[in-house]
Amino acid sequence: MVIQKPAIAGTLESSDCMVTVEPGEGKIDLDLDSAVIRQYGKQIRKVILETLQRLDVTDAKITVVDKGALDCTIKARVECAVYRSNGVKDQLPWGGAIV
Amino acid sequence: MKNAVGRDIPDEILKLTGKEPFQGNNYKNGVPFRRVAPIIRPVMDNEHSKLVKDIHEALVKCKAHSGMTVSFHHHFREGDLIVNMVMEEIHKMGLKNITLAATSLGKAHDPLVPMIEDGTITRIEASGVRGKIGQAISDGKLKGLAIMRSHGGRVRSLVTGETKVDIAFIGAPTSDDYGNLRGIGGKTNCGVLSYSHVDGDCAEYVVAITDCLVPFPNFPAHISMTKVDYVCVVDAIGIPEKIATGAAKPTTDQRKLMMAEYCTQVVVNTPYFKDGFSYQTGVGGASIASTISLTKIMEERGIKMGFGVGGLTKPMCDLLDRGMVRVLMDTQAFDLDAVSNVINPAHHRITAGAYANPFNKGAFVNKLDYVILASLEVDVNFNCNVVVGSDGVITGAQGGHPDTAQGAKCTIVICPLLQGRIPAICTNVTTVTTPGESVDIVVTDYGVAVNPNRHDLLEALEKADCVPLKTIEELRDIAYSIVGEPEPVEFEDRIVGIIEARDGTIMDVVRQAKPYKFDD
Amino acid sequence: MSHPNMKRLRRSMMFLNCQKPGLIKDPYVYGPDSIMLDLEDAVAEKEKDAARYSLYHALQEIDYRGVERVVRINGLDTDLWREDIRCSVAGGCDAIRIPKTETAKDVKLVEEAVAAAEKEFGIEPGRTLIMAALESARGVMNALEICEASPRLFGIALSGGDYTKDLQTTISGTGVELMGARQHMIIAARAAGVQCFDTVYTNLNDMEGFRRDVETIHTMGFDGKSIINPRQIPIVHEIFTPTQKEIIFAEKVVREIDTKKAQGIGVFTVDGKMIDIAFYDGAKRTLALARASGVYKGEL
Repeated sequence: MVIQKPAIAGTLESSDCMVTVEPGEGKIDLDLDSAVIRQYGKQIRKVILETLQRLDVTDAKITVVDKGALDCTIKARVECAVYRSNGVKDQLPWGGAIV
Repeated sequence: MKNAVGRDIPDEILKLTGKEPFQGNNYKNGVPFRRVAPIIRPVMDNEHSKLVKDIHEALVKCKAHSGMTVSFHHHFREGDLIVNMVMEEIHKMGLKNITLAATSLGKAHDPLVPMIEDGTITRIEASGVRGKIGQAISDGKLKGLAIMRSHGGRVRSLVTGETKVDIAFIGAPTSDDYGNLRGIGGKTNCGVLSYSHVDGDCAEYVVAITDCLVPFPNFPAHISMTKVDYVCVVDAIGIPEKIATGAAKPTTDQRKLMMAEYCTQVVVNTPYFKDGFSYQTGVGGASIASTISLTKIMEERGIKMGFGVGGLTKPMCDLLDRGMVRVLMDTQAFDLDAVSNVINPAHHRITAGAYANPFNKGAFVNKLDYVILASLEVDVNFNCNVVVGSDGVITGAQGGHPDTAQGAKCTIVICPLLQGRIPAICTNVTTVTTPGESVDIVVTDYGVAVNPNRHDLLEALEKADCVPLKTIEELRDIAYSIVGEPEPVEFEDRIVGIIEARDGTIMDVVRQAKPYKFDD
Repeated sequence: MSHPNMKRLRRSMMFLNCQKPGLIKDPYVYGPDSIMLDLEDAVAEKEKDAARYSLYHALQEIDYRGVERVVRINGLDTDLWREDIRCSVAGGCDAIRIPKTETAKDVKLVEEAVAAAEKEFGIEPGRTLIMAALESARGVMNALEICEASPRLFGIALSGGDYTKDLQTTISGTGVELMGARQHMIIAARAAGVQCFDTVYTNLNDMEGFRRDVETIHTMGFDGKSIINPRQIPIVHEIFTPTQKEIIFAEKVVREIDTKKAQGIGVFTVDGKMIDIAFYDGAKRTLALARASGVYKGEL
């Protein structure tokens, strides 16, 4: 998917994360800030990049501010931001690209 | 060298401090030592005035110098103004290399960070450090070591002469012009002055600072004029609303209520719960809720408490007012109800030394049946960490944790399994503050684990079938299954602090935090 | 064969906002019988999409440890409910709660969408159950046809807020304004052989009022109550769990009826009470509820 316009999803509440996606400069450019980066930084980054890969996003600037979200929440917020940037709302690929 | 809790204590630190690694709780039991006696400058002249016009004059008269050690108490908690006031004057005088030996430091002392950066303060000894000072120490800004000691351990370090206090500053809610000090009355009422007794006994100079000078004699004095060199009157020694607030409303958080209920069930189904039992608890929502639900069962069964001890709160004072505890032994008042309750004749003030000093001929903590504690982390060996956050940054205080945990016959630690994504039950705590041999039962929202060394308690709880029992490893596995296993936090090599055991041996070291970087 | 979960224990059904990760990550620690993951009223209009992604991954990845996972979808008058069902069914939810149900047709519409989603996502046909919330005078009046509308429908629930507005009154705390609906719905549910659940009690500062409310609906025959805060769970369970006295009595009744029937005796006394075969099912239900609540380990 192509990031068409900037979009944002999530909150800065505890156990949540806020994800911002913007059109990129030819690659994935990830900016990650997390309250638990020392313990879970690698895992969080892996989840974000894998989620983008499944959504076939290869060109985006993505900013994640994490407040201790579980992996399932991180995926959900990344997907939400990406689909919002595309304006896609229905007939989503549950169990396909979203898994 | 590995100590008794499996922590590697580098030789350089043993050499630098002259300390031994921790070798188990009772290593120093019965080992004789001689208490240090302070230097006294007798006051015989009946014209002599102890009053000084300001902090500066007090410092000059006490021969303040670079390299000295100054001490403070934390009865004013986050409302304390004394430490900053004195340190600013020391800073102004251009003194360097100061050891700051406070009973505890909090966010109120954030303004001291620049003094750490410029070398005014180069060593810190305290129960622990919250706020920006903790971050500064973890960032390696303090030139010397930070030594974290329990309340009992601090008294031990003063009476053995390990910590030599040059000037003790004792903030006193009321004082007369001769230095009879009381923790009660005045504008900045904190109820008790327990932590400062040992400073009065051991420091070379003792300066009382008050904002309420009362006629001589201020009696009965909690700290006597016989120990005080100077009295300084200032506008304000503390911010009353930050010292003790109204009693915390009982929690409505079901998770805390559940843990409180488990805790109460553990207490009432273990063998020490009988008429005359002794008990200490903390200020957390679950601890307070547990005291309240315990009260109900005590009433139903006609069981009364023999004594309650420690930092006190309203629910404990209510027990006293209702005749359900014989006496309260008070080292700190956590809310206004506890402050005002000290007028009850069965509510006694005790010194931090009587409370918890391991180098007494016995302390109150040794006579505890139950203590209810909290913890940032507990590992599968039941070691607790209450000082260093899971991110490796100093963020808490030992307080009386290791003292009461060792002393009590049944030590119960309450903590939710997860704090956000951080698992509180883990394979290895970031830093050990209280050894697993002191900890008997861990209560979480996901179940209760009993230290396998305590067959007796496990058997009692299995028989009662009153709480969901799990092994500590099971709790850890549940936590990891939900949040994932955390990566080990990386540190720099430099040691910035040590966690001292009660007896002065080294429980663990704290290393400088390392900025996080992805490998690629 | 009917679905094994049609009659499962549902004393406490706790609403949770799907949009709040902190709420949905481990509600099972409180021990509710069911959770109702809400896509409807609790979720702000502009977060409807976000709630679905959270819901899907929560259903897929969080182990709810046997707690039933019901999803409350958006109303059939919105353009959201069809995608809500796709997401919920794909995620593997246990049941769909239809809000504002008015007629049997509403249930059939959802039933079709659920069946289609099960087919689309390879879910075992018939796995996903349905419950219907009645929130209007018309919905309550049509309770029986709604109860009988689908073999997937395990129960109906009163939704008191909207219902009282429709009646042109308000929630008083006494339950007077809900009396008719409660009575009508429990009768309809029993006639159709499905479960019946009461509305939420929103004043969390009045736990005594809540207790009285639960006692009332328990006496009326309800199977459980919708709740909004975990603090309400222990009270519901306490009231819905048979007492030791009731369990012992039920055991005696079952044993006595079994023996007396063999001896050809129809009417006899247990603890001074006249008993006949009509007491048998009730006593069996008491023991089943006691067993499900974890307070009865006997063999009857």
